[in-house]
Amino acid sequence: MINKRETKVQNKELDPNIRNSNFEEVAGVYTPEQAIEEATRCLNCKHKPCVGACPVNVRIPEFIELVAQGKFTEAYDVIKTTNALPAICGRVCPQETQCEGQCVRGRKGEPVAIGRLERFCADYAMANGYKKEDKIEKNGIKVAVIGSGPAGLSCAGDLAKLGYDVTVFESLHTPGGVLTYGIPEFRLPKSLVSKEIAALEKLGVKIEVNSVIGRLLTIDELKDEYGFKAVFIATGAGLPSFMGIPGENLNTVFSANEFLTRVNLMKAYEYPKVDTPYYVGNACAIIGGGNVAMDAARTAKRLGAKKVYIVYRRTRAEMPARAEEIHHAIEEGIELIELTSPIQILGDEKGNVTGMECIRMELGEPDASGRRRPVKIDGSNYTINVNSVIIAIGQTPNPLVRESLDGLKTQSWGGIIADENGKTSVEGVYAGGDAVSGAATVILAMGAGKTAAKAIDEYLTRG
Amino acid sequence: MYEIIEKRDLCENIVLMKIKAPLIAKKAQPGQFIIFRIDDKGERVPLTINDYDEDGGTITIVFQKIGVSTKRLDMLNTGDSIMDVTGPLGKPSEFEGCKNVAVIGGGLGCAISYPQAKKLSSMGVNVDIIAGFRNTDYIILEDEMRAVCRDLIVMTDDGSNGNKGLVTDALKAEIEKGKNYDLVIAIGPLIMMKFVSLLTKEYGIKTIVSMNTIMIDGTGMCGCCRLTYDGKVKFACVDGPDFDGHKVDFDEAMRRNSVFKSQEREQDCKLMGVKVND
Repeated sequence: MINKRETKVQNKELDPNIRNSNFEEVAGVYTPEQAIEEATRCLNCKHKPCVGACPVNVRIPEFIELVAQGKFTEAYDVIKTTNALPAICGRVCPQETQCEGQCVRGRKGEPVAIGRLERFCADYAMANGYKKEDKIEKNGIKVAVIGSGPAGLSCAGDLAKLGYDVTVFESLHTPGGVLTYGIPEFRLPKSLVSKEIAALEKLGVKIEVNSVIGRLLTIDELKDEYGFKAVFIATGAGLPSFMGIPGENLNTVFSANEFLTRVNLMKAYEYPKVDTPYYVGNACAIIGGGNVAMDAARTAKRLGAKKVYIVYRRTRAEMPARAEEIHHAIEEGIELIELTSPIQILGDEKGNVTGMECIRMELGEPDASGRRRPVKIDGSNYTINVNSVIIAIGQTPNPLVRESLDGLKTQSWGGIIADENGKTSVEGVYAGGDAVSGAATVILAMGAGKTAAKAIDEYLTRG
Repeated sequence: MYEIIEKRDLCENIVLMKIKAPLIAKKAQPGQFIIFRIDDKGERVPLTINDYDEDGGTITIVFQKIGVSTKRLDMLNTGDSIMDVTGPLGKPSEFEGCKNVAVIGGGLGCAISYPQAKKLSSMGVNVDIIAGFRNTDYIILEDEMRAVCRDLIVMTDDGSNGNKGLVTDALKAEIEKGKNYDLVIAIGPLIMMKFVSLLTKEYGIKTIVSMNTIMIDGTGMCGCCRLTYDGKVKFACVDGPDFDGHKVDFDEAMRRNSVFKSQEREQDCKLMGVKVND
């Protein structure tokens, strides 16, 4: 019997005015009853538009049918066949533009809450001590994965399941890449990231932290001296972009990467119990409209900034952030300043930010991305009073690995050139995720990792 | 974990540590640095590599007990371990083609400029070292430096070693004496590097400085080590730490290094208080 309700079953969320001063996870998980109720909204369409819209092709109607029958761990097994990190995807995927965006139920009312159901299955399995021993026949062939973010982890997991001897090299002291240093605790608890990584280690994946490939070891050495037969580069888009406006190097202007790394990776929100400090001041402006901007804004609020502004040159409708993140940010008291662009950042003689001069914008003709191009309105300059500015306008790929490998072809902006299977211009070297595409999403990176794992397997078995 | 093989005080507030890190020791070159994190509450702190021994599998660091992390590092002893050591980071120093080099070190900076002098000497380059310290009690690595140079000139701020003055005074005197330096390497406090660079600019001598900015990851990810170089934004961790001193905006760099000064003071009080390792 199809459940005809037109809206998603609402999950519990922490009260916005309480949660904006702590780092607890905002979105609650469905109860088993809620999950079953939501699952019965699925039409189990024959053509499965949701599956095609998922970068890792999770068998969505199948797992949802199992949820509807109360077979939660079985549902989890189905998800796990194509998705190595379901607890993470259920929380951070932009479902509205992927699976849920194609859901037939969404034509009239809300789509099925696929993301919440995926997360429910993962959380349920973890909470109930789910253990499934994958029977892996080891082939002893060594593959190196560089970077332990979503692309690297998904590639490593798939290769380990195929029997490969996989080592992941991570430059930081904790694995997880953006899942660890970038996405905040209140959106993606770090205990969960470590559980997902521990599950991969159980599959036999080795993780070497503090290993900066390109400096400590080169790809040539991994191949020639350490016997790795193939290498997957998943170094992400780690290099923050700046705007090039006056005042950008004032002391209390931070890249979102710096601000979030201090708080997430280094746990600065526990300062002074930990040694790494942070600064937000009374009022903070975040520049940008993506998920990183939302994360930085919500973090700044939690760290005590009374006023937090998100300054974006287009309007809310054009923001690349997940709809839910924008919604949560506004609920928590963050102000969106749309159609506004910073001109310069103002500071005192010590280098502390005192304000930011902005100019108003209007939307003109669509640009190459299809979004309407913002155009400055002459003479509309004004100043907002802030003590800190966080720049979240994007990142470009990290140059360390590509600079240390001869013959690796790259784009003019630094992205590694790889074909649709992740194959690069160097024999036995594959690449995927943000290192290839430029800054994108967790799930697209995971999809790229998966595709590359398949291609690496074909390359190594073909001989 | 990275074991401390040897620890000794070079003077009242400067400590030398030899750490077991075979892979880093194999790759390290002059000018490069490591990032250490003492334990899971620690900061990530960059320190330039002072020496490395590939055969013994060790690297040597020299640090001044100046902030919470270096003071906590000083609480560890031989046989203890540091949780994380990452490196070698940064680009190695480049000094191809030079024949007469003045290596300038200020205080702790002498520990950092030492591998440069050592490497240059081994390449057959004429190396003079000019080292500046607060007073005789703070003089470090004098024998080591003497062994890798032609002339060693040690200056003290108070003249307690009989040679009062700043490193810039000594450098100027050497240049005026007719030493034809084709390269100056200056490593020390930002203010010292600034004034050495101003001096050498007058004489048109190429000058390399090592920028000791605040860092977190050391791989180009956070951007907090950014500085203005020749009017452009550069990251000390991946574009440096060596830069042409004539093109660095030192005033901005000094200002940026003070961003967490007030928090550092707080942490210092905490450290001097009751508990540290709870």
